[in-house]
Amino acid sequence: MFSLRNNLIRKIRTYGKHTTPKRSFAKMKKLSTTFLQRPGEGNVKRVSLIDGEGVGPYLTDSVQEIFQAAQVPVRFENIPMVEAKEMSINIEKQTLDKLHQNDVILKGPISNDDTLMWNNHEISKALEIYAYIVHAFTIPGVNTRHKDIDIVLIRENSEGEYASIEHELLPGVIESIKVITRESSLRIAEYAFEYALLSNRKKITVVHKANIMKLCDGEFLEAAREISIRYPTILYEEMIVDATCMNLATNPQAFDIMLLPNLYGSIIGSIIAGIVGGAGIAPGANIGRKYAVFEQGARHSGKELAFTGQANPTAFILSAVMMLRHLGLPFFAEQIQNSVFKTLEEQKIRTPDIGGNHHTADFTRRIIENLD
Amino acid sequence: KSYLRLRPATLVKASTRPMVSYDDIPTKVVLNKDFMKDEDGNYIVTLLKGHGIGPEISKSVKSIFTAAEVPISWEEHEVYSRAMNKEGDLLSSETIDSIRRNKVALKGPFMTPIGKGFRSLNVTLRKKLQLYANVRPCKTIKGIDNIYENVDVVTIRENTEGEYMGLEHRVVPGVSESIKIISRRACLKIARYAFEYAVSNNRKKIVGVHKAGVMKKGDGLFLECLREINEEYPTIDYSEEQVDTMCMKLATVPEKSDMMVMPNLYGDIVSDLCAGLIGGLGLTASGNIGAEAAVFEAVHGTAPDIAGKNLANPTALLLSACMMLEHME
Repeated sequence: MFSLRNNLIRKIRTYGKHTTPKRSFAKMKKLSTTFLQRPGEGNVKRVSLIDGEGVGPYLTDSVQEIFQAAQVPVRFENIPMVEAKEMSINIEKQTLDKLHQNDVILKGPISNDDTLMWNNHEISKALEIYAYIVHAFTIPGVNTRHKDIDIVLIRENSEGEYASIEHELLPGVIESIKVITRESSLRIAEYAFEYALLSNRKKITVVHKANIMKLCDGEFLEAAREISIRYPTILYEEMIVDATCMNLATNPQAFDIMLLPNLYGSIIGSIIAGIVGGAGIAPGANIGRKYAVFEQGARHSGKELAFTGQANPTAFILSAVMMLRHLGLPFFAEQIQNSVFKTLEEQKIRTPDIGGNHHTADFTRRIIENLD
Repeated sequence: KSYLRLRPATLVKASTRPMVSYDDIPTKVVLNKDFMKDEDGNYIVTLLKGHGIGPEISKSVKSIFTAAEVPISWEEHEVYSRAMNKEGDLLSSETIDSIRRNKVALKGPFMTPIGKGFRSLNVTLRKKLQLYANVRPCKTIKGIDNIYENVDVVTIRENTEGEYMGLEHRVVPGVSESIKIISRRACLKIARYAFEYAVSNNRKKIVGVHKAGVMKKGDGLFLECLREINEEYPTIDYSEEQVDTMCMKLATVPEKSDMMVMPNLYGDIVSDLCAGLIGGLGLTASGNIGAEAAVFEAVHGTAPDIAGKNLANPTALLLSACMMLEHME
C-alpha cells in the first residue's frame, strides 16, 4: 500500500511534463458544446482521504490506483483515524485541523461501533453537514430482482432521532428525545428541490410518519410543502413510511427523489441500496454548506470481508466519480464511470456480492484495462 | 475542551439504585386462554366487521368457517362514526367488555373519520386491552407471482411504548420534540413472548433488531432484556442486527431471515417491508396479543372503491382467522 502512494506522488510530480492523456478521439468528437474552466481550475486538486474501517483500505487503494492510471489531477491527503483508545486531545485537534483543510473529503466506511476515534455522526457535526444523499440505480450486469431503478434519496442528517439526547428517568425506564426543527427541515427541503431542478428530475416523494408523530413529522412536512410551492414544475407527493417500504418491495420504479428525515432515511437508504445490488453498488455523498464528503451509499464497513480482500469497490469508485464531477472534472468522471459500467456488464470479473469470486484487486485491474 | 460529545459505554447497565418492584415481569408468558363457550359448545369470538370491504370479507370468512365446521359462533359488534366517550373512542364499552369476556376478537379494516376528537381504533384497542405484542407472520404463498420466493419470516413488534406514545410537544415555535420511552418491563415482556413463540412454533433463530449505535441507552436496554431472556433458551439461536443492515438483508436475501423482535417504530417499518415481500398487505395476517385478550386483524385498508362489488380478496382476514384458530388451539 505504501508503494502505491509513493507511485502516485511520483506521478503527480511528473504530471504535465511529458505524459499525454490517452483518450480515444472518437469519444472526444461527440457533438456538444465544450466544457470551459476558469484559468487555474486545472491545477491539482487536493482531496482529503479517510481510510475507514473494515474494507475501507481496499477501497481507497482501488480508487487511488484507478486515478493514477487515468492520470486524474487529484492529490489525496490522508487523514489518519486512530483507535478510540489512543485518542487524546492533541490527536483530536490535529484531526480536526486536517478535516477542515480541504473542502472535499473521500471517506471510507466507518461503522457505528465506536472503535475509531470519530464516528460518522461526529464527522458530520464537525463539518456541519446536513444532507446525506444515496443514489441507487440498476447497472446492467448486476443481477437484481428489480430492474430500471433510479432513486436519489436525500436524507436530513443533522437532527431528528440522532440528536442522541437520552437519559434514564427511573430505574429501568429510558427516554430518548427526537428533535425536529423548522430551520433544518427548510434547509434540507431547499436542497432537495434545488437538486431536482438542477438534475432534471420530475418528482419528489416526502416520506414521513405524521399520522402518529403529528408535531415532529408535521414540521418536516410543512417545511417541504412551503418549498414545493416555489417549484411548481416538480411533482410533490407525500407517503407514509410503512407504505413506502411496501411499495419499495413491490414497485420501486415509481420513486424518483425521496426526501426523508434522519431515521427513516437510514433505513430506506439501506433498502434501496440493497435493492440495486447491495452496499457495494450504490454511491452516496454528504453535503454541507462548505464541505462535501463522498462515500458509499450504505455505510457498511464489511468487517467480515476485511480479511478476504473480496469487497466490491463499485460504490466507492462511483462516489469518487461523483466527486470528480463536483470538482469540475467531468471528462475524467465520464471515463472512469464508463469503464466501471463496462466491467460490470462484461460479467467476467465479479466480487462475491454480485455472484463471482474475484478479489478487489482483480476488479480494479480490469477497470484500469477498460479505461480508454 | 472538545465540543464533540463524550463517548459513553456502548451498553448502559440498568441503574444500581434500588429498583421499584415490578409485579408483572413475567417468568412465563401469561395468555388468557379460557375461552367462552356458548350452549352449543362453540367458542364465542367477537367480530368487528369494519367498513368498506369489511362486511364482505367477514361474510366470506364466516361461510368458510361454517363449511369447515369450525366450532365458533360470532358475536358481532359495531364501530361507530362518532365518539362514544370523551376520550374519542369509536367503540362502545360493551364491545370492549365483550372482547375481554371472549378473550378473542377478529377485526376487519376500519376507516377512522377525519377530524378531531377521535382516537384511532387501533390505539383504543391497544390501550384498553393492553395488547403488547404485534405478531405478523409473512410466508410466501404459492400460486401468487412474486419477485421474492421462499420468504418465511415472523416479525414481533412491541406495541405499547417506544416512539409511538404520542408524547410530543412544541418547545418553541419551530422546534418540536417527540419522546420515545423504553422501559425494562415492556422489553422483558416482549422478549419473553418472542422466545416462547419461537419455541411453540418451532422457529430456530431470533434476531433482535435495534439501532443501539445511535440510541445507545434506549435500544441498549432493549438488547439487554433480550439477552437476559435468551439465557433461558439455549436451543434458540439469538443474534442482533442493526435495523438498516436487517432491512438491506430483507430486501436482498429474505430467505435467510427467520424471526425478528423489535421495538415499536422499527417494527412498524420492518413488518410492512415483510408484507411487501410476500405481495402486500392484502395477503398478510396479523395478531395483537395481550395478557387479557388477543385481537386478530386484517391490516389492509377499507378500499371503498371496490366495496360491494364482490371483488375484494379476503385472504388477509382469512389468514388472520387461521392465526386465531392456532391461538385457540
